[in-house]
Amino acid sequence: MSETPGSPVLELPATESTGERRMILNMGPQHPATHGVLRLIVELDGEVIVSVQPEVGYLHTGIEKTCEAKFYQQVVPLTDRINYLDPLSNNLCYCLAVEKLLALEIPERAQWIRVLLTELSRLNSHLIWLGTHAMDIGALTVFLYTFREREEILRLFEAVSGQRMMTSYFRIGGLAMELPLDWLDRVQAFINTFSEKIDEYSNLLTGNPIFMNRLKGVGYLSPEDAIALGVTGPPLRASGVDIDLRRDMPYSSYEKFQFKVPTSTVGDTWARYEVRLIEMRESTKIIQQALDGMPGGPVKADAPKIVLPDREKMKTEMEALIHHFKIVTEGFNVPAGEVYQGMECGHGQMGYYVVSDGTSKPYRVHMRYPSFATLQAVETMCKGRLIADLVAVIGSIDIVLGEIDR
Amino acid sequence: MMIQPPTLAGKQAVLEGLPDHPAINALESQSTGAWNPQAFTDARFDFGELTLTIAPTGIRAACSTVQKAGYNFFEDMTAVDWFPASPRFQLSYHILSHAFMERIRLRVMLDESDPVVDSIVPVWAGANYFEREVFDLFGIRFAGHPDLRRIMMPDDWQGHPLRKDYPVEGYR
Repeated sequence: MSETPGSPVLELPATESTGERRMILNMGPQHPATHGVLRLIVELDGEVIVSVQPEVGYLHTGIEKTCEAKFYQQVVPLTDRINYLDPLSNNLCYCLAVEKLLALEIPERAQWIRVLLTELSRLNSHLIWLGTHAMDIGALTVFLYTFREREEILRLFEAVSGQRMMTSYFRIGGLAMELPLDWLDRVQAFINTFSEKIDEYSNLLTGNPIFMNRLKGVGYLSPEDAIALGVTGPPLRASGVDIDLRRDMPYSSYEKFQFKVPTSTVGDTWARYEVRLIEMRESTKIIQQALDGMPGGPVKADAPKIVLPDREKMKTEMEALIHHFKIVTEGFNVPAGEVYQGMECGHGQMGYYVVSDGTSKPYRVHMRYPSFATLQAVETMCKGRLIADLVAVIGSIDIVLGEIDR
Repeated sequence: MMIQPPTLAGKQAVLEGLPDHPAINALESQSTGAWNPQAFTDARFDFGELTLTIAPTGIRAACSTVQKAGYNFFEDMTAVDWFPASPRFQLSYHILSHAFMERIRLRVMLDESDPVVDSIVPVWAGANYFEREVFDLFGIRFAGHPDLRRIMMPDDWQGHPLRKDYPVEGYR
């Protein structure tokens, strides 16, 4: 294997398709390197992969069907459970879609806190990816390092929402509640040291010859294939397509933040590693900007028939009590129509398609999750390569089975 | 309240309201091979999103037409069951343009009796899993799909769970 940075893709001898030496290998659904319950049916010729057939659906819980039986506000906690490593992005995308239908204006402070928390959530997602990806390759130490920082992020989530993973902190019309006192200082303390932590991971991995040999030139994906197969997020940008919805179709006031979108033209698993590592640094910058310029004001929209009143108001004002009772027991009606809200989560482009028939329950909620589409590219990336590369490729596209099966 | 872009309902209103839209222009022109502009039946601009209704027979040609017009990225595809209305099924294709950074929705209405539509996998290979999901959960078939099998539910499952006449708690 070539060791020079940015080397062209490894060329393996073309396989003879006689079919005599073929072997079918079943990988998963309980394989540690499949990051969940993914089953891969791999056809091998010796050690060379002839075809990969992913079998999904082991985690299918019918969330889209469940949504149709819930009020709009009751869907928010369901969305956490889909991509449980990036929970706040799920909340945000669903809330933005319903807010678009309702034509709700969200206060600036709520929008900025949403950006801040979504970026923390992205760091959380990338930290898990880095730890597990390196562990799949054999570098066990990094896992312990990244989970140390992830623990701190989960504590920050717990402080704002009361939950470490299933946050449900963003609500239709704003946030569940105001941030706790000194929470922004805690984020500042975390961010102050986080850049050094990224250097630490980079020192452990970037110069590591085993890690480099396992990743460089492996799992090449051309930009044409990436677009044809619906690949989004870091794998798309690592193939040289410069698309990031945060910058190109901004939502939740992302247009007020300055950040770079890292890309690479190499298109292999190493490029995906590098792109995500730089993305973590850029996320840190966005969080710093959010902390520096955090506006004041309310965190909930002024829409008493949609947003739950404060606890204190509910107990002292008749009007607020009526609204509270109405929202909890009957929900609120959403104008008929259909909207699609896309956003950039840690894994790529997420999308919520919400169809309303004018009642208080969504007629149809469909979620587009990046891993579902990206999984189709595994065969293209692995064909004609060694079986050991499959583990590196699966790690590099960063899949979460919860969001594939929903 | 947020200021909404105005709603344009009906094909004529959209043609007048969005005169230079690249996707509409491409679909209205005769120039591309298999595409017949007669299949572009209705349009709606609502919540800042453009929905173009395509006749069921024309969806594959419509996709390759908008693909050539710069709408290069297939983002999402799903179905809506309007039971008991007729036509019962709505297919929604969300297509993103990397050049214009804009999204369009292609909409196809299908009858309940024989829900078959051309697969768009020849245009975008990435539609493969999405069409399998719609086949699995709605029972809509895609002609020309390379591998039309159930994807979420077990292979021997009876029924299509996301149809509106399928109870939320299932049959038990």
